[in-house]
Amino acid sequence: MTEFPGATGLIFNEPLLWEKGKKGRIGMSLPRRDVEACGLDKDLEGDGPDFPDLSELEVVRHYVRLSQWNFGVDAGMYPLGSCTMKYNPKLNEKIASLPGFAEAHPLLPTALSQGALRLIFELERLLAEITGMDAVSCQPAAGAHGELTGMLIIHAFHKNNGSARSKIIVPDTAHGTNPASAALCGYQPVTVKSNQQGILSPDAVAEVMDAGTAGIMITNPNTLGLFEENIREIADVVHKKGGLVYCDGANMNAVLGIVRMGDVGADVLHLNLHKTFSAPHGGGGPGSGPVCVRKSLAKFLPVPRVVESQGAYSLSYNFPETIGKVHAFYGNFGVMIKAYAYILSMGAENLKRASQLAVLNANYIRARLKDVFHLAYDRPCMHECVFSDKLQKQDKVTTLEIAKRLIDYGFHPPTVYFPLVVSGAIMIEPTETESKEEIDLFIEACRAIANEAKENPELLHAAPSKTKVKRLDETNAARHPCLQG
Amino acid sequence: MKQISELNLPDDIRYSEDHEWARREGDAVRVGISDYAQDQLGDITFVGLPNVGDSFNQKEEFGTVESTKAVSELFMPVGGEVLAVNEALVESPGLVNEDPYGAGWILLVKSHNPDEMNSLMTKDDYVKRLKGTE
Repeated sequence: MTEFPGATGLIFNEPLLWEKGKKGRIGMSLPRRDVEACGLDKDLEGDGPDFPDLSELEVVRHYVRLSQWNFGVDAGMYPLGSCTMKYNPKLNEKIASLPGFAEAHPLLPTALSQGALRLIFELERLLAEITGMDAVSCQPAAGAHGELTGMLIIHAFHKNNGSARSKIIVPDTAHGTNPASAALCGYQPVTVKSNQQGILSPDAVAEVMDAGTAGIMITNPNTLGLFEENIREIADVVHKKGGLVYCDGANMNAVLGIVRMGDVGADVLHLNLHKTFSAPHGGGGPGSGPVCVRKSLAKFLPVPRVVESQGAYSLSYNFPETIGKVHAFYGNFGVMIKAYAYILSMGAENLKRASQLAVLNANYIRARLKDVFHLAYDRPCMHECVFSDKLQKQDKVTTLEIAKRLIDYGFHPPTVYFPLVVSGAIMIEPTETESKEEIDLFIEACRAIANEAKENPELLHAAPSKTKVKRLDETNAARHPCLQG
Repeated sequence: MKQISELNLPDDIRYSEDHEWARREGDAVRVGISDYAQDQLGDITFVGLPNVGDSFNQKEEFGTVESTKAVSELFMPVGGEVLAVNEALVESPGLVNEDPYGAGWILLVKSHNPDEMNSLMTKDDYVKRLKGTE
């Protein structure tokens, strides 16, 4: 019989740190004071912070126990669609923790931080080459921040041309953050519908593209896991009316070394180093969302920019048309180190191979599950495939319950109820880092769940049953959020 | 989720393409979302309401409804001025799930154009439309 990773075992309860310990208990001894005591100015005095009194062991056990409640890609498969939860090679961590990087202070003079500056500079060149763009800023903190930065650059471009434009086209298969980023920049997002094949047609774009529209935000591959095959024609339509093409590159893991968005008409693009380039993700973040642009837009990139002259690197603020600073100091440097280590350790050929395998794995799952889960668009996909609960509805089983039941089998659930164009969507992205055996196990779990939905739906209604905490009351949590411990 | 045959779809109201309903009440029109819409959305956690006195055209977005699954826009089944909003939904958004045609109403509107009511679907047309999307 197949052994799934999900099992039950002894799990430790763990209270909040403030509910542990005892008054006066401490975890370390401070060195004896060897200078005269010197009181604070009375105005600066007040109650100290409410720190718990704990021993070192109590603190260690606290965090070890919490970590045992957690699920991460180091523990099991994490096929969260649109998130590229690939394995984060430990080599990246080793490089990022080299003292010269890890202990560098952001205010060091440039003469003492040449290595760090060179890394940012070279990473920007590598990302430019991978995307087919000319200039890059690694400053944005994550994907949506990269989108906002890109929107500000597009705004600066039109303003510079004396052109007042108020709208941005966003397809219904774009990432959910796209319309929000456009709106945050003051643009009015205009939705266009994808066609019967799940992609955007140039005609649909031509219908809404006008002289009042600043451009289009297109996620490619889109959130149905489909490549926007008409991207070049769409770019032509937008460019002809004076607009710019923003490409959301969050799904770049499908096309590394295969398509360069700069070659097919994108003017601005962001990448997610914490997705495609294997830096930790989610709770393990922070992220990094570099923005890549065409030469004509480089002058608007955030400052400071790392510049090179005769082998020496420095930070330059001398770009008068810049949109300004978008992050403290120079962005999330630790993430950049991990992405740089990943790119160099993989090399061009292996990056391409990673994308090919990511696409192959998704298509393998698509083909092996399409007889038990309804496939929203029955055609080859890119790095992720989108099913729905249509076949399970007759047994009163929904996507949410299928996802919860997967937890019992030891897998992180996929993304659910997104994209919105598919009712009850189940969006699976295995990435290239899972082995065939692991993917087969996942497929077998999904097939077993589809069978349970027919024969024993109670198992799904009650799921998850093996976890420390059972089904959470999401409705109550959303209606009456309790934001304090 | 409910089968179409299990839906509560009164025949004294009209339905829009976007699953809002409209009921004539004297000179005014009461507006909410259909049993199908609340069932599809799942437990509703927040309803974003417009202000009394705001005016909207037919099909214009007037608010949002948020469930544990997604945020959806609300569109005017008929154009008009907002006479009242259901303040009870601020504290108890679940009323939309429990009683979509009664306590879960969303707006009371002073309609600009009485003909707009006639452009909406009857129960029979709405059921046909729902069957088409299955």
